[in-house]
Amino acid sequence: MVPRETGTTPATMEAYFQELASALDGMVHAGETGIAWLAAESTDFVRMSRGKVRQPGSVIQRYLDVGLVSGARQATRQLSLSGDLSADRARLAAAVGLLRSTLPDLADDPHLLIATVPQSSRAVRGGPLPDAEEIVATVLGDAEGLDLVGLYAGGPVYRGFTNTLGQRNWHEATTFDLQWSLYHRADKAVKSGLSGFTWDAAAFAAKMAGARAQLADIARPSKALAPGKYRVFLAPSAFEDVASMLCWGGFSARALATKQSSLTRMRGDDGADGLVLDPIVTMTEATADGVAPGFQAEGFARPARVPLIQAGRLVGALTSPRTAREFAQDANGANGHEGPESLAMAAGTLAAADALAALDTGIYAGNLHYLNYSDRPAGRMTGMTRFATFWVEHGRIVAPIDVLRFDDTIFRMLGANLEALTVETELLLSSDTYHERALASMRLPGVLLSEMTFTL
Amino acid sequence: MPDADRINVSELPRLERADFWSLRIVEETGESFIVRKDVALPPFACADSGAMATVYADGGYGYAATGDTSPAGLAAALERAAAWARATAKLALFDSRTLPRPAPRGEYASPSLAAPMRSRREWFELLTDESRQAGFDQRIVDWEAYLEVRTATHRLITSTGGDVTQRYRFLFPGLSVTAHADGDTQTRSLNGYRGICQQGGDEILARFGFGGAGRRIAEEALELIAAPNCPSGTMDVLLTPDQMILQIHESIGHPLELDRILGDERNFAGTSFVTPDMFGTYRYGSDLLNIVFDPTRDEELATYGWDDDGTKAEKVHLIRNGILERPLGGAISQARAGLPGTSNARADGWNRPPIDRMANLNLEPGTASLADMIAGIERGVMMETNSSWSIDDSRNKFQFGCERGRLIENGRLGAVVKNPNYRGISANFWRSLAMVGTADTMQVLGTPYCGKGEPSQVIRVGHASPACVFRDVAVFGGEQ
Repeated sequence: MVPRETGTTPATMEAYFQELASALDGMVHAGETGIAWLAAESTDFVRMSRGKVRQPGSVIQRYLDVGLVSGARQATRQLSLSGDLSADRARLAAAVGLLRSTLPDLADDPHLLIATVPQSSRAVRGGPLPDAEEIVATVLGDAEGLDLVGLYAGGPVYRGFTNTLGQRNWHEATTFDLQWSLYHRADKAVKSGLSGFTWDAAAFAAKMAGARAQLADIARPSKALAPGKYRVFLAPSAFEDVASMLCWGGFSARALATKQSSLTRMRGDDGADGLVLDPIVTMTEATADGVAPGFQAEGFARPARVPLIQAGRLVGALTSPRTAREFAQDANGANGHEGPESLAMAAGTLAAADALAALDTGIYAGNLHYLNYSDRPAGRMTGMTRFATFWVEHGRIVAPIDVLRFDDTIFRMLGANLEALTVETELLLSSDTYHERALASMRLPGVLLSEMTFTL
Repeated sequence: MPDADRINVSELPRLERADFWSLRIVEETGESFIVRKDVALPPFACADSGAMATVYADGGYGYAATGDTSPAGLAAALERAAAWARATAKLALFDSRTLPRPAPRGEYASPSLAAPMRSRREWFELLTDESRQAGFDQRIVDWEAYLEVRTATHRLITSTGGDVTQRYRFLFPGLSVTAHADGDTQTRSLNGYRGICQQGGDEILARFGFGGAGRRIAEEALELIAAPNCPSGTMDVLLTPDQMILQIHESIGHPLELDRILGDERNFAGTSFVTPDMFGTYRYGSDLLNIVFDPTRDEELATYGWDDDGTKAEKVHLIRNGILERPLGGAISQARAGLPGTSNARADGWNRPPIDRMANLNLEPGTASLADMIAGIERGVMMETNSSWSIDDSRNKFQFGCERGRLIENGRLGAVVKNPNYRGISANFWRSLAMVGTADTMQVLGTPYCGKGEPSQVIRVGHASPACVFRDVAVFGGEQ
């Protein structure tokens, strides 16, 4: 059995963080404010390939972003911590000293805004989980004889905020994320995933059975479609990629103010009427329904919901403290990148079970891949189909298709060409593991389009 | 003294019943400065240190990463890695007893590592000067000058007596200007977002005209906002190095990664249209295409002495005169595939295991001057500086966009056009390579943001390329 101690003294990460917070309180001088953001995790990662274990391991990491503010000047320093409180107090003290010596080198910052009204909070969810090696044995046992490739990531993720004005926030989520693909051959595969706070063996078995069944469809001879315009149904997991593009600066208050958002033309600046989407499109940053912390990295509380698009009209944006000060707006709990972390799109009226029938003849896209803007101001984006994407005739799956490139605008896709949204919405937890396991999610419906432009 | 230097090999714990173990201690410090619209943002500094333990035991493979580099912390990480190896040995993809057990020894250091750098105040002064040159027109709605300095020490210790220390300094300077008018927005940058990234010191800034480039970049942004869209049609393209690096990266680098070819990346980054049987015979491009894996070029971003599995870094051809010779695969992938490879097992930090990555992947210069290349095009577009990139999961069907285009008609450079895009298929595209620029058209660039892997990693990659001409490419512009 793999040992899973946190390696932290004191025994819990929360108690350890509280000790660091108290230490920071004692390090600031009169006229200074100290702030700190903890991002830590203890994660088991098991990488699988060809139905076997490729790279198993565990990562224990603790990063603390420490900021020191004096007057209108601020400097920030990120530290990795060892988990040993005595050693980490010394690192923190050294960091505060370096920050203090930095401040005289800086000019006053006209856009500095810090949280001055303490709003403390605590949220702990999930856990415990079965041992990762036990879960992986189950997964690979179920997939015996199949070409499975994927990743299991599980364990606690921690976020904490403190400032020397008395605010303390703690967010702890013990979650797992299992993402896997079953391959037929070359690039023909079915993608599946299961994530959450508790391991559900029955849910996994059902997902695996569904993936096996879809693999039979993937094994049919594939169809090569010529570039052109096709009716398309985007499953929630495919639409997630489109929504992710909107999260890349689309709703950013700063990007909108400086005309760099892909949704700038919905603002109706330059004397023109703002573009609108179909009235069935409503999008919200719904922190209350997601897995992200209820506070951002500088300690500002997040509203439960921030309306972004309502009945097709852009009605809001995500505003960080810095943008708020720069453009004389109100901050609303956004981090510096001003992207949604809990985007929710309202449901429609099409039952998911009727999606193929409603599509009739066209493309059912289970996944998309590698999207990017081909003309950002025009809201035009390009990307590929991937995994379980099928040609459908008269409401029945006929064949998997060879990968196709689309290039179309969000204003057409969610405007004139939007036919329906599904009644059911799916909660998709982020699988992002760059630097750390992300705490983000989207809740999205399936999307039926009367037309989508494919170019290659 | 970095913690990595303090570790006494003789005091490391003995790991019983392990076939092989290694400890990779990584320490990195950095400072980042941004001046946006003439306002200095709060500076950001970082100090990161930790260790990755890797163990081969009972035929299994395991790793454990820890931020605790004390003797007790390293011992615990080794034990945890060993436990992983044993717990999963029966399910392992390969028998770790068959893997090479490196014992590298030596040191590497970035060029001019000891040379002093500017002070924090001086960096801010330089960036503020650059910023003030850029914001001279009300149509310019956003602009920034930035610079990041990173230093790193990597030490690899192996149970076979290996002990390697590598010390680096990286610089990432940049400029970006955004203009807006009549409902359109255009951004122009100095060689792309973080495209300028090299090892060394202050000399890097002068190489790219930093210290006076702000005005030129701003003028080009204004030029773009007034320019027509790039025309559509099949025509020749002349790609400058700051677009060539992306073309090489996406449609040669990634498809040649051996872990993709072996299938490990299929759930995330994707597979490859390249298969093991192609090496030695497959015509990847025209005779003019020569691609080298070169971790030895002094100033380039991913130059090093050994990779993170301890394989000595060497320059090798991947594609010679258009024929595919070898993949990008480290020692473990080579053993699995039975193919030759490269020293490219790399991790982006102490908390991720090494996987097959690009390092420096370069296109060797040819014989055509820039004037020759322009003169050799009857109808085409010169495209500068990548702004958009998308490619399928087999790394075949791609679509790329650039910040700036210039029409070429009858061998002459013409008007500026905005939103130049092109698309193609990797397997065909490189065969249309018609002219390769001389060494004086080359630039040594790269990206600090190459992403792949499960768990995911973002790593520093260098690319050097001359300007190149491709025939009969599908070109198009922005939305009409």
